[in-house]
Amino acid sequence: MAEMDTSSSGGHKKGPGVKKGKKLSTRIDLTPMVDLGFLLITFFMYTTTMSKPKTMEINMPYKDPNLKIEDQTKIKASTAITILLSKNHRVYYYEGLGQDSSKSPEYHATNFAPKGGIRDEIISKQKAVEELKRQGTLGPKDQTTILIKPDTTSTYDDLVNILDEMSINDVRVYAIVDISPIEQENIHTTETENGVK
Amino acid sequence: MPKVKLPRKSTNIDMTAMCDVAFLLLTFFMLATKFKPDEPVVVKTPNSISEIPIPDTDIMLLTVDPKGRIFFSIDNQIKRRTLIDDINQVKQLGLTDAEKELFKKGASIGVPFAQLKSYLSASPEDQKKMNDAASGVPADTSVTNPNNELATWIEGARTTNPRLRICIKADGDASYPNVQKIIRTLEGWKIFRFNLITGLKAVPYGTAAYVMQQGGRSK
Repeated sequence: MAEMDTSSSGGHKKGPGVKKGKKLSTRIDLTPMVDLGFLLITFFMYTTTMSKPKTMEINMPYKDPNLKIEDQTKIKASTAITILLSKNHRVYYYEGLGQDSSKSPEYHATNFAPKGGIRDEIISKQKAVEELKRQGTLGPKDQTTILIKPDTTSTYDDLVNILDEMSINDVRVYAIVDISPIEQENIHTTETENGVK
Repeated sequence: MPKVKLPRKSTNIDMTAMCDVAFLLLTFFMLATKFKPDEPVVVKTPNSISEIPIPDTDIMLLTVDPKGRIFFSIDNQIKRRTLIDDINQVKQLGLTDAEKELFKKGASIGVPFAQLKSYLSASPEDQKKMNDAASGVPADTSVTNPNNELATWIEGARTTNPRLRICIKADGDASYPNVQKIIRTLEGWKIFRFNLITGLKAVPYGTAAYVMQQGGRSK
């Protein structure tokens, strides 16, 4: 205990005329000190940033202007799904790569909801690809391929969300591609048809 | 009934133990606290399930604020000095030694080269004001564009420190074209691997990533 032995016994008795010094207690009230201590603890607890922010690593496909179109890897349209990111966190998707210029693919609208959103579509696509592999239509090396095309109206939030969906659903092959004017036009028509402003 | 006489106890508690604990915790928190470095803009990053921590050294940080302004910084002070020497020479900025020192100790840069000299010579308060009004580092989707100053910064930083890891810290509300500019610039310098700084969120139940995480734990 934080006390000192003040009872100085063994001293010789003083004479009757000598005044005895008043004994002061060495106990200090520590309550204010504890208060201060906890106040500072609270302050430091609030200011501490314990968790470091995390990072997400992305690899962009190697782009070489000298690469000829014939040399580029061909993606089979049956494995592919194209996802378009639009404004207000809306997501459009269509099957295939949209390279067939004769007919435009059917656009579906969805969102990033955990249930009934884009995730379910990715999972069903993965299942469809697995099924095609079993049937022998696709080779064993074929994988679900996702093309991400963010529109100019989309935000960084959408991009991170969709990249996150890739890692959530373990999609190995995906690429961020520039949106084409035809697709922007298609999004616009789909929106007007459905009365979305 | 006979009354049971309880011995009267003092209400004074010995505070010493409590005091000890309080100061022990205080010491812990004081040592564990790492104050956030002064950042020119407040950025709220989106969340992802990725659990890779940010590397401690050799990072280039490209901050994008909600308005789409780009801020540039690298971490090592010695490298910062080399970088500003290089940039000064290449771009003929005519910076003085004192201004270079200020750059070395300073935070992110979000002004075009033309304003860099006046920015560095300004007082910290004025710098804050300038940060609010700054246009960000001018960027473009093509590296060959002479107005793409971000490309110059990135190239300069990569020459001073080839091991730099590039981290993009963008606000969730930043529009995609601004982020695209950075990505295209990086691609122009043949950088295809970079990091996006995100917060952490839980892996949704029942998904492929969830299964992998569980499997990884039981291994």
